[in-house]
Amino acid sequence: MSDTDDLDAFIDAGARLLGIATRPEWRDAIRLHLAVSLAHARIVGEFPLADEAEPAPVFKA
Amino acid sequence: MSFETAAELAAAVAARKRSAGEIVAAALARIERHDKILNAFTAVTAERARAKAEAVDAAIAAGQPAGPLAGVPFAVKNLIDIAGLPTLAGSKINREHSPATADATLIARLEAAGAILVGALNMGEYAYDFTGENYHDGPSRNPHDTTRMSGGSSGGSGSAVGGGLVPLALGSDTNGSIRVPSSFCGIFGLKPTYGRLTRAGSFPFVSSLDHLGPFARNTLDLALAYDAMQGPDPHDPGCADRPAKPVTALLGHGAAGLRIAKAGGYFRAGASAEALSALDAVGAALGAAREVEIPEAARARAAAYVITTSEGAALHLDRLRTRAGDFDPDVRDRLIAGALVPGSAVTQAQKFRRWYRDAVLQLFEEVDAILAPATPCVAPPIGQKTFVLDGKEMPLRPNIGIYTQPISFIGLPVVAVPVAPAQGLPIGVQIIAAPWREDVALRLSHQLETEGIVRAKPAPGAE
Repeated sequence: MSDTDDLDAFIDAGARLLGIATRPEWRDAIRLHLAVSLAHARIVGEFPLADEAEPAPVFKA
Repeated sequence: MSFETAAELAAAVAARKRSAGEIVAAALARIERHDKILNAFTAVTAERARAKAEAVDAAIAAGQPAGPLAGVPFAVKNLIDIAGLPTLAGSKINREHSPATADATLIARLEAAGAILVGALNMGEYAYDFTGENYHDGPSRNPHDTTRMSGGSSGGSGSAVGGGLVPLALGSDTNGSIRVPSSFCGIFGLKPTYGRLTRAGSFPFVSSLDHLGPFARNTLDLALAYDAMQGPDPHDPGCADRPAKPVTALLGHGAAGLRIAKAGGYFRAGASAEALSALDAVGAALGAAREVEIPEAARARAAAYVITTSEGAALHLDRLRTRAGDFDPDVRDRLIAGALVPGSAVTQAQKFRRWYRDAVLQLFEEVDAILAPATPCVAPPIGQKTFVLDGKEMPLRPNIGIYTQPISFIGLPVVAVPVAPAQGLPIGVQIIAAPWREDVALRLSHQLETEGIVRAKPAPGAE
């Protein structure tokens, strides 16, 4: 499968499971934005952080 | 009326040389005349403004002290609650919401200082925008060239202040939505430290990154508005429990004793000749010989992007399920994609955010302010979809904020200052300071203005 096929399969399954009804004419734009977002997520994920690293927001009871 | 400042108007009202009533009448007349083209306003609160002006004039006539913004007309981005109006947040869907029952805290605080609300301003839908275009209301237009973008998402705020309709406006900035319109429209904008100004009574976008702040045509007006709005607010859990720290009296200190550097690397790559020329002019005037590298800025921008799309999608998920066809298509498709981003990516982005904050705060041990471009280019034509960035053709809408996103990501205070050539369009430079040091950025802005390096140039046709 190509990246496009993978993304389309992910969008089909994900949108259905989330209850979002997408239309075929929206597909190209959704795929483009998802690809960009996942590329950004990859860049962030490649940064080495300690297991103990705390997220920026810290809840205080 | 000309390109008068808020400070001048308030002084004239306090001295009883002008009445708030006549100032408001003139502002309403300007809006009536020029907003047909600028399309900055989505609602004009004329009756309320006239009543408030009468009350301001009556209080002064009765010998009560005039507030620091007495009689100053202002307007707010339409994601900020105005009692009696539905809070649109640039959307079609929110038009069906019940009218707000109270004003947002920041409106109440500005009016307590004597300012007078005259209306609500156009914006990109749900603030997910850098262009100032709006699918439902039409684009707000750049006052320097009405075929060009005002910048988003606080486009109406930039257009109204830059076009001389009002001297003061409020907007929001999640990834650059105060600084981008300031740059394109050639005005001053303050994005305060994250948590400094309350967001109570505003429609959210990305709680982790949302800020509110003022636009004006000079530094003193920004400072006066900022001072009037500071202070804790239990109604916004993100608002810091810190006392107000007034800045207006400090403006005259200028750059004395401050260490100033220009941001290099990421913040120069992709910048147009106009953006670099503006940055270098501001840097030279402030004696910023040093260049510093903000570490991992590209990754910070990526992390801000991930948090934004995911939190934005979470906010709108139910509307995407039930009303997807009623969104601006550009916003809808980005939000649907955002709903599919794995939660692990968002958590990693929030962990990286803490690392990046610590790294950048170390830089502020060596410098007091960092200068960077606000936008990579001057305002593009309305409707343009792509632009060339660092030699590559890229989608325009998500990429105008490349220089603003890594800064708001960790909530640093920024003043966007306008460099306006005699010919051609203005462009902004960010003056970035350490958290809670709005005074540093505003002092430098004031000095640059005094030296004539930055200015809000009257737009063609502005009175």
